[in-house]
Amino acid sequence: MDTVFGVKYDGGVVIAADQGNARSILMYQRNLDKVVPLSSHSAVGVSGPNADLVNFSEYIQKNIALYELSNDGMKLSTHAQANFMRGELAAALRRGPYQVNVLLGGYDESTESSSLYFLDYLASLQKVNYGCQGYASSFCLSIMDRDWKEGLTEDEAVAIVEHCMQELHTRFLIAQPNFIIKVIDKDGVKTSKFGADPADT
Amino acid sequence: MSILEYNGAAIIAMAGKDCVAIAADTRLGVQAQTVACDFRKVFKMNDRLFVGLGGLATDVQTVDQLLKFRQNLYELREERQMSPKVFSNVLSNLLYEKRFGPYFIEPVVAGLDENNKPFLSGMDLIGAPVYTDDFVVTGTATGNMYGMCETLYKPDMEPEELFETLSQALLASVDRDALSGWGAVVHVITKDGVTSRELKGRQD
Repeated sequence: MDTVFGVKYDGGVVIAADQGNARSILMYQRNLDKVVPLSSHSAVGVSGPNADLVNFSEYIQKNIALYELSNDGMKLSTHAQANFMRGELAAALRRGPYQVNVLLGGYDESTESSSLYFLDYLASLQKVNYGCQGYASSFCLSIMDRDWKEGLTEDEAVAIVEHCMQELHTRFLIAQPNFIIKVIDKDGVKTSKFGADPADT
Repeated sequence: MSILEYNGAAIIAMAGKDCVAIAADTRLGVQAQTVACDFRKVFKMNDRLFVGLGGLATDVQTVDQLLKFRQNLYELREERQMSPKVFSNVLSNLLYEKRFGPYFIEPVVAGLDENNKPFLSGMDLIGAPVYTDDFVVTGTATGNMYGMCETLYKPDMEPEELFETLSQALLASVDRDALSGWGAVVHVITKDGVTSRELKGRQD
């Protein structure tokens, strides 16, 4: 039921996700932050059962932090982080799979470029310009196909995400009133807007 | 829905006169939905050896990495390049090791042997190999591809004609298969090097 969007633009990438945490007929929480920062300049939007969502994203996050601590502050590129995640998902696939579908976005200071990676629960990895996870993809991939172009600005990329959110509000059966939108650029990961404050306990 | 048809693929390898060519579509799908149009399914192992992996995308990526690993170790120990015949055997062994929990891929191997003669092989997901001197196919449109290849193929084609024949066979095959298409890439391998071209066919 989770929705995750990612849109790459010139100089950064936007990752957005709905903020619902539900199971069966029960809505546990409406302010969950599913866009998890992995490093100073990357974040992953995660969808799936809450257990796997939290466990997997934290596992990857802590291992990336460990790498930086162990290797004298050297940062992993977004490509390396994506392949590390893929490796973990692939290893777990035939043991006890993590049922998480993710979109990983990051900005690399070394090449001054951003990248976005689609990674599904089976560990199929593909670099993309834009992507969706969840039922949202049926509604929104076509919108992104139409709206996305090379050389977008941050505002234009966020506008594409909002266009997709609007479509879901209109046509998607499941109400997802709250979305959190994060932007990753040369200045790092920052929260652009949210429907409900994740910090509210 | 078979697990081998989850992501979609169409790969053909064809032999010519002292040359070999391998082509694949570039669609990455999740059942009916197309997720990307630039997904790589053919991998260069060295200048004279290519492998095409059709099937579940995650295993395509995993097996590519495992093959590279085994090839690297071989080359470190043997201090020579792996010939296509040996590579095909290594792949077959890799797949059979997982006999009761296989990688969901059905590969094709295309290369030039030591005498610059074309080498082709295909195998199923548990590594049963078949060696041919004309063409091998794999993917979700094999019926279409067999028909096209049988019709268009003739022996001893020069690289340019081989490229045209292979491209037409692949394009016509994927156009009748919902799960493959959305672009293609063709590699032609001769003793002088590799020429790679992208095809733009019907984008549906």
